[in-house]
Amino acid sequence: MTIQELELKSVEYREKILRYIYNAKAGHTGGSLSVVDILNVLYNRIMNVSPENFHLNERDRYVQSKGHCVEALYVVLADQGFFPEEDLLTLCRYQSPYIGHPTKKIKGVEQNTGGLGHGLAICAGNAIAAKKDGLPLKVFTIMGDGELAEGSNWEAFMLASHYKLDNLCAILDYNKLQISGTNTEVMGLEPIDKKLEAFGWAVRHVDGHNFEELTSTLESLPFETGKPSFIIAHTTKGKGVSYMENTLKWHHGVPDKEQYAAAMEELEGIRTKILE
Amino acid sequence: MATEVIKTAETANLEVFSATLQELAAHDRDILVVTSDSRGSGKLGPFGVKFPDQIIEVGIAEQNLVGVAAGLASMGKKAFAVSPACFLTARSLEQIKNDVAYSDNPVKLIGISAGVSYGALGTTHHSLHDYAVLRAINNITIIAPADNFETAEAIRQAAETESPVYIRFGKKGMPDNLSRQISEFRIGKGRVVREGGDLTFVATGEAVLPCVKAADLLEQTYNVRCKVISMHTIKPLDEALLFETAGNNQPIITVEEHSVNGGLGEAVASFLFQKGFRNSFKIVALPDEHTVSGSQTEIFEHYGISEKGLVQTALSLIQP
Ligand SMILES: Cc1ncc(C[n+]2csc(CCOP(=O)(O)OP(=O)(O)O)c2C)c(N)n1
Ligand SMILES: [Mg+2]
Repeated sequence: MTIQELELKSVEYREKILRYIYNAKAGHTGGSLSVVDILNVLYNRIMNVSPENFHLNERDRYVQSKGHCVEALYVVLADQGFFPEEDLLTLCRYQSPYIGHPTKKIKGVEQNTGGLGHGLAICAGNAIAAKKDGLPLKVFTIMGDGELAEGSNWEAFMLASHYKLDNLCAILDYNKLQISGTNTEVMGLEPIDKKLEAFGWAVRHVDGHNFEELTSTLESLPFETGKPSFIIAHTTKGKGVSYMENTLKWHHGVPDKEQYAAAMEELEGIRTKILE
Repeated sequence: MATEVIKTAETANLEVFSATLQELAAHDRDILVVTSDSRGSGKLGPFGVKFPDQIIEVGIAEQNLVGVAAGLASMGKKAFAVSPACFLTARSLEQIKNDVAYSDNPVKLIGISAGVSYGALGTTHHSLHDYAVLRAINNITIIAPADNFETAEAIRQAAETESPVYIRFGKKGMPDNLSRQISEFRIGKGRVVREGGDLTFVATGEAVLPCVKAADLLEQTYNVRCKVISMHTIKPLDEALLFETAGNNQPIITVEEHSVNGGLGEAVASFLFQKGFRNSFKIVALPDEHTVSGSQTEIFEHYGISEKGLVQTALSLIQP
């Protein structure tokens, strides 16, 4: 996919995220909009995973540690052909398998997540197993910035460099907001790059909405042989819908009819601009 | 004698908890609230604005939350550690066991959005294990208030308690008081919110309300008179009340928003069986299976924790 195609894909993904959240009257809107460009590049440019190879042990692995942003993942997986997109009309409904966090009942989802601070350790286990079996696959996770306060992450950070897991890449969706406020207000995490370096990781900063940067960075993995890679993706919570951007209430806010229409209009405007 | 069921006034126990804490904090500077990015979910925004020096934020770190609260409590503070029940009692279980219960630091653990309150967010966000794990830990009181009155009283009394307490409730609107007749609440003493001699519902937390509704319907339609006990304290259990209740040899149904394993039902069954009672007995709880997806109400209905489901269960015990 070209950069322009990726850009257009993300507009489409954002529209779908909002459509299914609006329909379900539930969902984690802000964080889904901040993470979706990263997922777009991972699934369309980087990872070797598809409905066809999903049963093969050789496939790359992606575990969504910030599981609450499941709407972004569902939309991308549907687009990859893992399941029919219309299924998402049942999101969060009675007896639907499409619940508000990733579940292995849905094809394409590797692990059940939702409790924060679980993804990285599972990925580290995947990465160790892959090395033992001599499989050249890569393992990816995306974590939230608020999520980093969970101590379990730091246990796994320590372990991943100890075991030299250079087949492991953790991406931070650094949108600077969590539920109750900014990271700075709730629990400061800076200087996050130095902390990760001190834990033995190779660290890069990227603009998490810039497809060229995301692509070239992810294509250059591992950043250093013998070290796990950490990507600090600077993002905007609610990206693409101006009234949602950088606004706390859109963490799990659901748009009403007018807001939904306004968001769709704005996204259409972005599409037009990309095509110009 | 139909209970005067107080209107389902739609104030969540969660809101009452927050209001009560503010009331207490206003004249007690030792009241400290500890949150794990749970200020909003705990309706503690106003508390934080009014008492900025009495709220401590630890970030999304529930183990840290309980450890820090234990440290505060050991220094004489009345520490309320507030977090979703699912994370508080699973993620931080070792801190609860060692740093709170075993070390006897009188933390007040507040499990919000408990049971299946989070509905379609799924299993990671449900707490259907908390009574079971905490029942197996020495030196902790377990409370699930049914209505706004019980919630406020539980919080007030917990603040004055010198031993560890866990209180859990949901976020759905609840009646202000399930029984106007009974204005007393004491930790460890069940409340009989409805009298009746043909069958007894022993329920806890948000599962009491459907029992009261079922009891009304059973009386009106089937002339079956049910007693309803709000067994708000699951540990220590009100054994005297159970002993007295079981004495008429009528059926007993326990009802709870918890796994069928290890909760109120098993606690009641264990006590009664060992005392020699052989009343017909049924535990209504969430079965040991992957919980159906849906809202809290849909999940309750699916598993018969509803007016209709409980009427059926009651009739099946009465007319076998
Ligand atoms: C262990 C655990 N504690 C608390 C929560 C509740 N929770 C869900 S999302 C969230 C905020 C996450 O913030 P962040 O990691 O920054 O995610 P993002 O901004 O990308 O949405 C919290 C506290 C949870 N899911 N798991
Ligand atoms: Mg964030």
